[in-house]
Amino acid sequence: MMTNVLGSTTLFSEGLLGSQTALVAAAAIGVAFGFFLERAGFGSSKKLVAVFYMKDFAVLKVMFTAVVTALIGIRALAAMGAVDLGDWYQMETFLVPQISAGLLFGMGFVMGGWCPGTAVVGAVSGRWDALVFLGGAGVGSLVYAGVYPAIAPIHEVGAVGVSTLDDVLGVSPGVAALLVILMALGAFIGSNKLAAKRAQRTA
Amino acid sequence: MTTETMPAPIQPDGPKAARYWNPYIAGIGLGVTLVVSYAVLGAGLGASAPVARVAAEAAHAVAPAAMEANDYMGGWFGDGSPLVHYLVFMVLGVALGGVISARLARRVDFKVERGPRATSKLRIVMALGGGVLVGFASRLAAGCTSGQALSGSAMLLTGSLVFTAAIFVGGFASAPLFKKVWT
Repeated sequence: MMTNVLGSTTLFSEGLLGSQTALVAAAAIGVAFGFFLERAGFGSSKKLVAVFYMKDFAVLKVMFTAVVTALIGIRALAAMGAVDLGDWYQMETFLVPQISAGLLFGMGFVMGGWCPGTAVVGAVSGRWDALVFLGGAGVGSLVYAGVYPAIAPIHEVGAVGVSTLDDVLGVSPGVAALLVILMALGAFIGSNKLAAKRAQRTA
Repeated sequence: MTTETMPAPIQPDGPKAARYWNPYIAGIGLGVTLVVSYAVLGAGLGASAPVARVAAEAAHAVAPAAMEANDYMGGWFGDGSPLVHYLVFMVLGVALGGVISARLARRVDFKVERGPRATSKLRIVMALGGGVLVGFASRLAAGCTSGQALSGSAMLLTGSLVFTAAIFVGGFASAPLFKKVWT
């Protein structure tokens, strides 16, 4: 493994994600995560769901800003040699399960008003519907575990291992990152235009 | 920019509640949190795995043998409780960070949030059904909006980017079905 400037590894690369240090660090990171979710207004299901009715695009803006910020931060740290992405956990791609899961998830999001992380913030903000949603999500997880033997083969369909956008497009990670950033900027501008148009129509 | 014709973003109902942050500022905060998570833990954020682990622990109290024999969740009982996991601790942090922020901004409000035409009963039934779908889908995708859409997309992972796009497609396509709940 290449030595890096900070000489640092991660708890994952050291096999220490189960250690007490990792549990404490994860809890501290969670505090910041929950704080910013709540600041964004994501302790409110009305605010979250409004994106799907094109009334408030906060979900899209917050999410894509977070992705772009992290993308730039990660690429900058890697370019400086401060981190080695080989020390980081990278999830494998399973195209068929992930596309079907995304469609189901989107439907569940509008139907239930939450996603798992925001439901936790909603629950501590006093939203009873968030608590019920979390109970439902627990049941849904158990249903998956129950039918897992029957549907496990679906994970082989479109399974391509660890795959990144730059691999797929045959470009450098920098170019792929730039494409994602441009797509996010397009979404920001497009959603603002759409919101302005709708406001004029209803005015 | 056509700021003069932009509709106002949704704000909290309570008269004393502080306004929400600008979405770009909140997004930067989340993005920095994610980079710290990767740099320290070597893994991104996650919220659906802890929900599944709490459910597994609860089901284990009722049917221990069946849970330990389960192909998907059985391994979680190998060395103790499925609750001793970094993402379970992360979600406890999320609850703490959320309540700190909500209290500081006077946004803690005990209610069933719903659209003007929906009864509380309808909203609760929908919250349960939506939760089941999201819980199932999160296991199928091996992550949710936190672990896949945010953390995976920031790493340019193909599956995460595709999952994120599919969430928006599924959400927009099914939104008309749930108009009575929200509008």
